[in-house]
Amino acid sequence: MKKKINIKDTLINNGIILLLAVLVVYVSINVPAFRSFANLKNLAINAAPRVIVALGVSGCLITKGTDLSAGRMVGLAGCLAGIMLQKADAPGKIWPNFPQLNVFLVLLICMAVCSVFGLINGIVVAYLNVPAFIGTLGMQMIVYGIALVITNAVPIGGYRADFTTVTQGNIAGIPFLFIYLVIAAAIIWFVYNYTRHGKYMYAIGGNESAAEVSGVNVKKTKIIIYITAACLYAIAGFLFSGKSGGASVNLGMSYELEAIAACTIGGVSVNGGIGRVSGVIIGVAVFELLKSSLQFLGVNTNYQFIAQGIVIVVAIALDIRKYIAKK
Amino acid sequence: MAEYRLEMHGISKSFPGVKALDQVNLSVRPGTVHALMGENGAGKSTLMKCLFGIYKMDEGEVLVDGEKMNIGNPDEALHHGLAMVHQELQPVPDRTIAENMYLGRYPLKSFGPLKVIDHKRMNEETVKWLENVKMPFDPKKKLGELSISQMQSVEIAKAVSQDARLIILDEPTSSLTENEVEALFKIVRDLKSRGVSFVYISHKMAEIRQIADDITIMRDGTYVGSWSMEDISDNEIVKQMVGRELTNVYPALDNEPGDVLMEVKGYTSISDRSFQNCSFTLRRGEILGFGGLVGAQRTELMEAIFGIRHIKSGEIILNGKQISIKCPHDAIKNGIGMITEDRRGTGILGCLSIADNVSIASLDQYLEAGVKLNKKKIEELVQENVGKLSIKTPSSKELIQNLSGGNQQKVIISRWLANNPDVLIMDEPTRGIDVGAKYEIYQIMIELAKQGKGIIMISSEMPELLGVSNRIMVMCNKRITGELSGEEATQENVMKYATQF
Ligand SMILES: Nc1ncnc2c1ncn2[C@@H]1O[C@H](COP(=O)(O)OP(=O)(O)OP(=O)(O)O)[C@@H](O)[C@H]1O
Ligand SMILES: [Mg+2]
Repeated sequence: MKKKINIKDTLINNGIILLLAVLVVYVSINVPAFRSFANLKNLAINAAPRVIVALGVSGCLITKGTDLSAGRMVGLAGCLAGIMLQKADAPGKIWPNFPQLNVFLVLLICMAVCSVFGLINGIVVAYLNVPAFIGTLGMQMIVYGIALVITNAVPIGGYRADFTTVTQGNIAGIPFLFIYLVIAAAIIWFVYNYTRHGKYMYAIGGNESAAEVSGVNVKKTKIIIYITAACLYAIAGFLFSGKSGGASVNLGMSYELEAIAACTIGGVSVNGGIGRVSGVIIGVAVFELLKSSLQFLGVNTNYQFIAQGIVIVVAIALDIRKYIAKK
Repeated sequence: MAEYRLEMHGISKSFPGVKALDQVNLSVRPGTVHALMGENGAGKSTLMKCLFGIYKMDEGEVLVDGEKMNIGNPDEALHHGLAMVHQELQPVPDRTIAENMYLGRYPLKSFGPLKVIDHKRMNEETVKWLENVKMPFDPKKKLGELSISQMQSVEIAKAVSQDARLIILDEPTSSLTENEVEALFKIVRDLKSRGVSFVYISHKMAEIRQIADDITIMRDGTYVGSWSMEDISDNEIVKQMVGRELTNVYPALDNEPGDVLMEVKGYTSISDRSFQNCSFTLRRGEILGFGGLVGAQRTELMEAIFGIRHIKSGEIILNGKQISIKCPHDAIKNGIGMITEDRRGTGILGCLSIADNVSIASLDQYLEAGVKLNKKKIEELVQENVGKLSIKTPSSKELIQNLSGGNQQKVIISRWLANNPDVLIMDEPTRGIDVGAKYEIYQIMIELAKQGKGIIMISSEMPELLGVSNRIMVMCNKRITGELSGEEATQENVMKYATQF
């Protein structure tokens, strides 16, 4: 009797993943191109920068916060990188007199710019006690506005070759993007599991007042989390921009929602204190597989949005259900 | 009428790695108070949660008034006349008393085609039910303005208003003052005479003696036996609970206070309603007790010393140096630790493991190259401290929220043993802890004192205060009113200073 209930619970709790597994098997059987190596590689390339965004958001979620400015920061970083790395003779170059900097220096500049916004997010959430949902919503609009001002809403293209190599190239058939993903995930995994900061982060999510009484510097920890997140968005924006060979202010729109959904599917609890790097990766993979499966089935893009929306709501509902059942 | 209001037969329940209940029985007669006792982690709370369908029992049957029942959730239980006043109350403090009483079942009236809440009726009925438990409150008062004991009474009134014939009280008095306990007992006795039965879970022997008619004892998830209170002595109860004879309640207080370790001067809260101008000294190797009635601001004073609350003026001199403490982090850096009173609010990190809960305040000591935590050393630290307090758990990876209340308290104590501060402030350190484990905690306190640490203990239990303090400071109405040591430290003197104003 008890066993049966456990199986039922497991099925429900992992419902989304199971449902998608079924979908993936179905599509693999019916559309052979779906299971080709080329598509797998494509999936990995698409997923890589999204995992990086989701890793950033996961820290906020674990501390019972959230970051709605993630997507727009991706957009801003993507545009900035694009502008700084346009060819000298690119038509309509936005900053014609900007010097030709090293690609990695440009990446660092993007990270620096975003970390300022991350710092502000952190201060607003930690010191001003504004709910993260509202504070970062404001930041979302601010960052979007800045991106509009900088680009004048003109799309950016004509990238330098080194930028495209760094983002589109591969070594022995393995895309660079995939390697970046592995490096970023490894670093974050180390931080979450082997550093004081990681432990403090989980403690804050578990019970903020208790963490404070145990000597955790809650404000500092939160600020570090929002800055780290912003740096990750900057990296992701840089990669997105280079990967698609162009950027516009619409880059990154609503990626924060995808990231939150992916984290939740992967077991990061919106109630805080719980979440693993492996889960975040699985969550993004599941989400990308969903998108890809629907594409291969020839589902109209408009309907894909509806499907993704449903998945988000169901995933969070199942997460909350797990939390309630535990009590 | 059936012979028993409630019968539970052969109840078993396992969690992964623990058999929490193994063939437990409980039979409660109508109109009686039935005490349920056992050590921390014996399975008392779990048994009650099984009764209410919060956990699903693996085996066993439940009869209410002689009828076999299958209870799936607390709502159904209420339907059958069973109600529980939880160990940790969860009311809605920002709403009125009446709204809390009728939460989820507001009386409705017709307003044209609409059904709207009938506030007038709700308030009137609430007054009636509150009078029923001799609590003449304004039903429109916010619940949050009541004291914990008054909230408890509201909970009981609520249970009665829902026609409960069996009410479970799980450690109801752990945060009540003596007067409040008296008030609670009056309500219980009154309802008892009207045929309501109670299951009363507590670690306080004196209370059990006062209020209970029958007793059931559990040990390690098994059923030991049931007695009528008249047929069993206190010593026998302890023996049955622990499984061996306990000769002493307090270990010998053979530590020797040395020179001054900490001096607190003129501590005054930023709030006029809190502590004023408090000064005292703490010696090396001393256990300094803080007595007084609840509301005397002892907790607030200690929390201010630890940096949780703010002060208008005052200074602390530790080890001869003046220090400034603005937040707990500062206090810990300076070698001050504190076990707070509110375990759930500021103690446990619920969804984290025992290991994380023990190590959280000491991570600085385990950094390698300033970055990486040495997990092996941390695990050793955890094992050592978990062992010291014999915390009942299958593994240190277990989530703290799955432990029994008393074992959670032991984990919090371990956290500060691991941190090893010079000054350890313990606010009601043995709350919810069974007799055997209390002895172990006193021993640890004395051992710490012998290592030269200073310990401050706030305790509302007079015997404990007298039994393990080298010196006692008494507070009354926001001020320190007395200092007692040696022969002077008697119950009468403590009470004299505690009720000075
Ligand atoms: N949800 C759970 N998951 C795993 N183990 C649990 C869970 N709830 C309780 N336990 C275990 O069951 C045992 C009995 O716990 P219970 O809370 O019933 O003890 P108790 O008698 O109420 O103790 P206390 O006096 O400390 O409150 C403990 O060993 C506890 O660790
Ligand atoms: Mg209990």
